[in-house]
Amino acid sequence: MTLTGEYLGMAVAIGEVDEPNQAFYTHCGSGALHLQACAACDLMRYPTTTACPWCSAAEHEWRAVSGKGTIYSYCEVHHAIAPMYRPHLPYQLLLVQLDEQIGVPGEHDGLRVTGNLVTPAGDLAPPPMVRQVGIGTRVRVVLVDMGGGMALPQWTVDEDAEQPASPWRYPQE
Amino acid sequence: MPARADIDATAPKHLRGKYAIVGVGETDYTRGSGTTTRALGTTAVRRAVTDAGLTMADVDGMLSYNGNDSVPSTAIAGDLGMRLNFYMDCQGGGSSTEALVGIAIGVIEAGLCNTVAIFRAMNGYSQVRIGGTGRSSGRTALSGDALFTRAFGQLSAAQMFAPTFMRHMYEYGTTPEQVAHVKAIHSEHASNNPKAYYRQRVTPADVLASRMICKPLHLLDCCVETDNGNCLIVTSLDRARDCRHTPAVILGVVGRCSKPRMDNHYQSGPISTVAGAYAKDILWPNAGVGPEDIQVTGAYDAFTFTTMLQLEDYGFCKKGEGGDYVSSGIMRLGNKRPNNTSGGHLCEGYTHGIAMVIENVRQLRHDVDDSCPVGADGKRQHSYDYAEGGCRQVRDVELSANLGWATPGTGSALVMARGD
Repeated sequence: MTLTGEYLGMAVAIGEVDEPNQAFYTHCGSGALHLQACAACDLMRYPTTTACPWCSAAEHEWRAVSGKGTIYSYCEVHHAIAPMYRPHLPYQLLLVQLDEQIGVPGEHDGLRVTGNLVTPAGDLAPPPMVRQVGIGTRVRVVLVDMGGGMALPQWTVDEDAEQPASPWRYPQE
Repeated sequence: MPARADIDATAPKHLRGKYAIVGVGETDYTRGSGTTTRALGTTAVRRAVTDAGLTMADVDGMLSYNGNDSVPSTAIAGDLGMRLNFYMDCQGGGSSTEALVGIAIGVIEAGLCNTVAIFRAMNGYSQVRIGGTGRSSGRTALSGDALFTRAFGQLSAAQMFAPTFMRHMYEYGTTPEQVAHVKAIHSEHASNNPKAYYRQRVTPADVLASRMICKPLHLLDCCVETDNGNCLIVTSLDRARDCRHTPAVILGVVGRCSKPRMDNHYQSGPISTVAGAYAKDILWPNAGVGPEDIQVTGAYDAFTFTTMLQLEDYGFCKKGEGGDYVSSGIMRLGNKRPNNTSGGHLCEGYTHGIAMVIENVRQLRHDVDDSCPVGADGKRQHSYDYAEGGCRQVRDVELSANLGWATPGTGSALVMARGD
């Protein structure tokens, strides 16, 4: 059946024909970020795909990952396109490199996950928090409930991790 | 420039210099065309066919691209009374024009038709705005790919591409001030283009002082959205000799060459490298020239950063030195290798790349439509005075390169030479 939920006022609807996405978001809803791992070559991938980008095999299993990583790049949105983001400006769009599978299979490959910077409670980060983080900041996943047994993986500063003295930030505040 | 191991890029040497762009046409660049994309396309195709000195009956092929925001070839050809032997309409944006030029050569060479019109018609401001401002900004449920983008407020091209731009700054020390020169220089060029939507000259300081849209992009780092129709006519060099203008001879094309993982290109790095790094190894061997030979470039300027990244990855400077290149002044009219002499997408209008090819066709004709007076021979008497409101013709230009951009992960390019 179609899984339905809601996030920031946007409806979420994942049809039952879309097995990879139903599985991805219900795993998040169950409390841990999982990625598809290829049954043939064992490599994980992100985002969800219908075959392995590394060996083309069809079969996969779902594998839990630590949900920890480092901000690899980011941008800071000051002009919202969708109205539901306007109350949250500026918000940060993150590209988080997970700790797993860095430099595999290729030297420059990695599991780079898109998300927003959020508070530990899962709300889009307020401006003082946005100004704290940059490339190099250590983050951990926050699974934000969307209803329907699904959650959206978002990211917050990892309080337990060793942080860089000054993460790289865009020079103009 | 060595050929890539995975492609025999020198194989089509027999096609080098055998085809040409012989006609160009466009509508005004407006925000509010007051008409349909069908009417814009019809106008652009009619003007291009007329510009070539051909009749509608001479054109028997048509290609177009769109993003579910325009009309197909069948509508335009029908309206103009053209009977087509071949047509194809594809999905796509800024990497389409050069790729379709390659397809036009292929289908003519294969004997499917003789002369091809390539058009793009869009009400890119008044109807469907890129990034979903007017279409998909949250009214439809999140599903499929949107779960990995729109759910996070990642909708516009700026928001999609900015992680590439930011990582380039991090890795190479590229500064906002350096890339701001792209807008400033293009605005100087646009001030000499009577049809440009924005003709006001701006400085790098103006760019940095404009409001932030999506860090690292200020308002003036982003292109203008406009309504317009544009068209190119491609035919064989033999037929080109019977056309009205000096042909812009096609030396080489690369079409929609991509990085690994394509749409998911952030999974494969370095993410500060764009598709041009792959495309250049097809483009230059096919064209038989290298970047050092090119006298005018049309490096796609959806954003100031896209121009910089493409010039760098196509080899106009060393990797990492794009910031120095674009701020050196080399791209300014009167200097060594001007870029986007029309003002480009940052100033003239947004056409998904086709207007940048039109500009270079006119450059190679030595007949750019600036404010210089038209002589008795019907050609402009260029002053080569590039002061505001003046000339924008590059003196004695013989070779041009267009570098089209879809995303950091996909690009197309085209090298043209002035014909006899």
